Amino acid sequence: MFEQALEAFLTSTIAMATPILLAALGEFLVEESGIINIGIEGAMLSGAFFALSGVYFTGNIAVGLLCGMAAAIAINAMLGVLVINLAVNQVVAGTALDILAAGITGVFYRKLFGITGKAFIVTPLRPIAIGPLARIPLLGPMLFDQSPLVYFAFLMVPNIAWMIYRTRYGLRLRAAGERPEAADALGLGVYALRWQALIASGVLTGLAGAFLTVAYANTFVENISAGRGFVALAVVILGRRNPWGLAAASILFGAAMALQFGLQAVGTAIPYQLFLALPYALTLIVLAFFGGQARDPSALGVPYTRS
Amino acid sequence: MLATIGKPAGAIALAIALISFVLLALGASPAGVFSALYEGAFGNWIAFTDSLVKATPLVFTGLAISVAFSAALWNIGADGQLVIGAIAAGAVGPFLGGWPRPLAIALILIAGALGGAAWSGICGWLRARRDTNEVISTIMLNFVAAQILSWTVHGPLMEASRAYPQSMPIASSAEMYMFMPPTRLNLGMLLALILAIAMYLFLFRSEPGFQLRAMGKNRRAANFFRIPIASLTVWTMALSGALAGLGGAVQISAINHRLYEKVSPGWGFEAIAVALVARLNPLAIIVAAIFFGALDNGSQAMQRAEGVSPVLVQVIQAMVILILLAFDTSAWGNLRDAFSRTPTATSRTTEAHDV
Repeated sequence: MFEQALEAFLTSTIAMATPILLAALGEFLVEESGIINIGIEGAMLSGAFFALSGVYFTGNIAVGLLCGMAAAIAINAMLGVLVINLAVNQVVAGTALDILAAGITGVFYRKLFGITGKAFIVTPLRPIAIGPLARIPLLGPMLFDQSPLVYFAFLMVPNIAWMIYRTRYGLRLRAAGERPEAADALGLGVYALRWQALIASGVLTGLAGAFLTVAYANTFVENISAGRGFVALAVVILGRRNPWGLAAASILFGAAMALQFGLQAVGTAIPYQLFLALPYALTLIVLAFFGGQARDPSALGVPYTRS
Repeated sequence: MLATIGKPAGAIALAIALISFVLLALGASPAGVFSALYEGAFGNWIAFTDSLVKATPLVFTGLAISVAFSAALWNIGADGQLVIGAIAAGAVGPFLGGWPRPLAIALILIAGALGGAAWSGICGWLRARRDTNEVISTIMLNFVAAQILSWTVHGPLMEASRAYPQSMPIASSAEMYMFMPPTRLNLGMLLALILAIAMYLFLFRSEPGFQLRAMGKNRRAANFFRIPIASLTVWTMALSGALAGLGGAVQISAINHRLYEKVSPGWGFEAIAVALVARLNPLAIIVAAIFFGALDNGSQAMQRAEGVSPVLVQVIQAMVILILLAFDTSAWGNLRDAFSRTPTATSRTTEAHDV
């Protein structure tokens, strides 16, 4: 009995960590290039809605995932025009994109499904069990019987770490975030690097949103992202701007969310709102007491105009 | 002067043009939607006064954003601060029976302001002492505030009959003075107007207001000139939260009279659009708040007439912010300066650059 509950908790932890990790990896790339993307919540929400719509109308999971990525890239592209090419305030632009995404997904969702009462449900992206490994007690379902997007997210951790710290391209990206003037003087093309980071981030954030609808809930409700994009922003700081740290921080939040569902299901005397508030309060506490050690990229959030 | 008004008006016009395309894509008639919006907002006396009622919390939260953004403190948490202010007002309100009415109203408003100030003060203190990014801390506290509200109306503040998730009603002595019933015009709106003027004088005519704006222009230079950055950060955030919390308390005292599970439909976020349209000027916030309040009020009529979700108003808000940002950048400003000989253009772009 206890073992079953523990197994479910561990499996749920990794699943809940996945959208946060995908979004956090995307945010990490963008921030290394010198942009803070508060619009990530909106990009994730758009990814969630349009991925599900893609699957719903075509019946094809791959088309749905592409739609989700395209939607998140579109949001990021709007941010790119504003903060890269027009050098406007990044926090305000990002917040506006969050409102825009909430509005657009809400309007389309109610237009398509609100009045008719049709069910917005699809056949989900099923977990793939990796042979006999999935039958290992406790750890099997957690590590080897998950959605393909879970494997993808965790495989991206070493890939992105290698790309950022071991390749010339990663060095250039970080130069754009540390000393944009110097990077431009060396002919590295700061604007192009930041655009590339935003588009790559759109792919990851779109998949994060798609995971919520296509692989997890199998449906859409308004504001389904529920602040996970904002949590990803915190995870980047908490994970000390290192992909491995990001993975650890994402698992911590995944565990907090899984715990909340578990305890709500069991039914305790503790008010359930405490568990719902837990991930957000935890983010704040952890940032306040452990957030100070990692240094932000020097040019993070500073509008840069090539002179 | 014309340019100051022209830009926001142009942004709103462009937003309306873009929204028309979205509406056509949805298969709705833009003309029908906008006329329904207008009818719902200004079609008759009651609709008009209700637009002003809807504008009131936007004046409070708009002022909250204006103060914080002027200091380059990016308070995205006005929504949570308003909610905590409303909870404080809703908690104190039922116990004010028997108090003289002016005193009871003052107390319920003070409770709201203190609640909001405490909530944002946490973020100000964390920014000043622990260098915690206030964008993230204020966003996180929005979520926590929403859960605290849900818990209080299901738990400690729940009405005695425990029928609905709502609090006991506030004492009638704590209910705001109302004007000209059956309209919902009230003293809270007058308070909003007075506060807007007071915040204008504070920001532009007082020494602390000057220091606050100096910190907003350049934190490092302000520090060099012995402006007490740390304490100013905490006090600015507390003031910002107090204004938002006051908005929550006015809503409880004048309109809701008790706490429900939902207080704010997103006023704290809408306030960012309000404050940007007003270019952070407290007096202009009154006009901008009435515009967005009218949009909110008209959106219900729009849904009835055209079947378009009121969420559309959020799309309009976002587009107004995005277009204004695009118009107001230094990149555009430089272009314009190259063709303009008036020296005022330069000073305007310098300010715009900060937003």
